[in-house]
Formats: sequence, structure tokens, C-alpha cells
Amino acid sequence: MLNFVESVQEAVSGIKDGSTVMIGGFGNAGQPFELIDALLDCGAKDLTVVNNNAGQGDQGLALLIKEGRVRKMICSFPRQSDSWHFDAKYKAGQIELELVPQGNLAERIRAAGAGIGGFFTPTGYGTMLAEGKETRIIDGRGQVFETPIHADVALIKALKADGKGNLVYRKTARNFGPIMAAAAKHTIVQVSEIVPTGALDPENVVTPGIYVNTVVRVPAAAGNTAGSTTGTEEKVA
Amino acid sequence: MGVMESSIKTSEAPLSRDDLARLVARDIAPGSFVNLGIGQPTLVSNYLTEDQDITLHTENGMLGMGPEAKGDEIDEDLINAGKIPVTELPGASYFHHADSFAMMRGGHLDICVLGAFQVSVTGDLANWHTGAPGAIPAVGGAMDLATGAKDVFVMMTLLTREGASKIVESCTYPLTGVGCVTRVYTDKAVFLTGPGGITVRETFGCTLEELQELVPVPLKAAAAA
Repeated sequence: MLNFVESVQEAVSGIKDGSTVMIGGFGNAGQPFELIDALLDCGAKDLTVVNNNAGQGDQGLALLIKEGRVRKMICSFPRQSDSWHFDAKYKAGQIELELVPQGNLAERIRAAGAGIGGFFTPTGYGTMLAEGKETRIIDGRGQVFETPIHADVALIKALKADGKGNLVYRKTARNFGPIMAAAAKHTIVQVSEIVPTGALDPENVVTPGIYVNTVVRVPAAAGNTAGSTTGTEEKVA
Repeated sequence: MGVMESSIKTSEAPLSRDDLARLVARDIAPGSFVNLGIGQPTLVSNYLTEDQDITLHTENGMLGMGPEAKGDEIDEDLINAGKIPVTELPGASYFHHADSFAMMRGGHLDICVLGAFQVSVTGDLANWHTGAPGAIPAVGGAMDLATGAKDVFVMMTLLTREGASKIVESCTYPLTGVGCVTRVYTDKAVFLTGPGGITVRETFGCTLEELQELVPVPLKAAAAA
């Protein structure tokens, strides 16, 4: 069932305490800031959040963590130069962390949307992130069994939706959007523009509307003011 | 069969970071698909030539990444894996995260260049976590890159600030990948690693004997290519 709603508040109003929420975005690109702000305002707590990072600066997911709404983070790269809210909660033992290699995170999300019960992957084999997991040697390579990550809700950002909920994205802001849309029971999308059905070239649709439940328009100008900082992941060696 | 010491090239001085980046760039075969890790490996892009026709991959969903964006080119929707604004080149493509890592894991990338804390003689890589108590672990795409690309090149200084060799018998830091590194480019030498152990392709500012004094594993010269 596809709904077009007038406000981000209305879009997130059904999110319950204890939900698992996927949030799209890699850094600021593709982060649905307005939907996250609305989630913060709606008061839902005890959340498990799936995102590549664990919030940056004083906005979006970082504020959700600061306010103690997030019980557990599932992510690949929590520690950044400006992840102070996560860092503080983690050091205080007030947030649980499931650290997942980024490609495994993406594939586990994809597997959930595709109805796959799990998969063997070489990524992480022989490392501490594979401890306690089933392993096999397949084609001469050590591989680790990884399970799907399902979610109650996905909050994602796309460029345009049409009347059928078909989505197109913009540049590297696509990142986790398509796979999270498929993995969640209820997918909420903020878009810069809603176009009439038929206005998107079917050849270019990236996320078919079957994966989309709620669409809300957040004009691009507002969407782009949400943070111009770019956090830098810590350098190695 | 013994390999003569004379087969090792020796420059007058250790290589600077830029010289090392230039050397790595020169060693990348024309037409390759390459992922450059965050930090020192990013310098390599400064020395790739148009003739090489290299396509850069960034794991947040793009092939055909161009140089860092400046001024009006900056677009928040177009960033690299280090979250730095970048540009797109003609022929670029965008894809979602699962596809991006599938092309990596599936062995379609020719080379990735990564930084490291330690590399073992059999090519084990440690580059994501010091394991220090209280350190917040963050892995990002490091493990996927280490296991996915056909060749994994490491770029690093040979020694830590304290003077310890980062080439080790076995890694003491938590592993990123097992037996994944194929070459190690350092300021003092280029090492080739693999199941057969470690060899030295060339040295910079030192002889093989002098290098051996710095590295706690037995070294021998690589067979001339």
C-alpha cells in the first residue's frame, strides 16, 4: 500500500518503540535528515538503527543517539572525527554496537530484501569479526556465514518519486537506499520532487515502487541545508 | 637458485610519500579498475596518467571517479569513501552499495591500494584496529577490499614512529584479512608477499643487508621479473 503524505511528521508517526530502523546515507550523501529529525520529535525509543556510520556532528542520527533513543547500532564505521555523541554513549556503556564489514552490511541488507536466509562470504574470514560464526572452505577459500538484516522501517532519501512510488536517486547519494527499501517491512522515502506517473523513464527506475510505502516531498533547498560538513574517516598508517 | 644482490635496484635515498605514490601509479597496468584506500593511497591518483586509462572505484557506489572537487564543483551528493567531495569523469557510473561490494568481492577490481599497521610474511594484513582497550572499533570497507581485489598493494612507512618494523613474522594487531596482500610499497623497499614468503623487489637508500637489520624476518631478493 502506497501513501503520499504531506509532512515528515506524518510519515514517521507509525514508528513504534523497539523498532529496527534502517537509515540510508553514507556520510551526508543520501541521509534523510528531515525524516530523522521527525523521528527524533516523535519520541520513539529503544530503537535498533542500521546505518553505515553512527552519526556525525550535531545533526540527524547523531542527535537520535545523543537523546538516548538508540539501544543498538548496526554499522561498519562508527568512529569518525565528529562522532562524539556515539563515542560518549559507547564509552559509557549506554549503546550496543554490532560492527559489520561494510560489504557484509550491504549484502546482509540485500539478502533480507531478497528472501535469502544467509550466505557465505570470504570477507572477515580469520578476523575477530568472524569469531563465533560458522565457517567453511569453499573453492579453496575460507568463508564466513552471514545472516540477513531485516528491519521494521527504512528511512531513505531519493531524488524523485512518481505516482507509483518508483524512485530515482542522485549520484553517490544512492548508496544504501535501494537495498534498504527492499529489506524493510515499511519503507518511508523523502524525495526532492514528485513527478506524475509516466514521467520517469521505466528503463531508468532504480527502485521499483513495490518496495515503497510512504513518500513525502522535502524540497531540495531544505534538504541541502542539512549540514555542509564532511567528516573524514580516520586515516590508517 | 641463488639470486644476486645486484638484481636489486637501490636509489640514493628513501622515497618520499609522493615518490612512493608515483612508483605505485607507474606499476598499475593500463586499463585497470582500481580502488584507492583512504589516506596515503589517495596520493596515487595524482600520478596516474591519461595514457594509463585507469578507472577508479569508490565503494560508496561509483566507477569513474575524478579528482577532488574544488569550489563550485562541490556537490554533497558526490563524495568518495573518505567523504571528500569528488568529481565524475565521462563514462562514470553509479550503483548501490551491495552492487559496489559485489564487484569488489566478485574479483572484478584489479587492484586496491591500502594503508597498513602491519603486514606478515605470508601477506596477512592488519590495518583497521589497534586492539587497544577502550578503542572504538571501526572497520568500514577494509576487510571487503582486502579480500576482494585481485591484487592488494599496501603503502606504508617501513617503520613505526618508535622504529619497529611493520613487516612482521605474524601480525600482533587484529587482522583485516588473511594472506591477502601481494605487494608492500614502503619508503625503504618494495616487498612481494605470498604463500611462499616474502622477497624484496627493490630498496631505496639502503642495501638489502641494511634493510635486513631493520626487518625481523629473513629477507631475500626477488627473482628478476
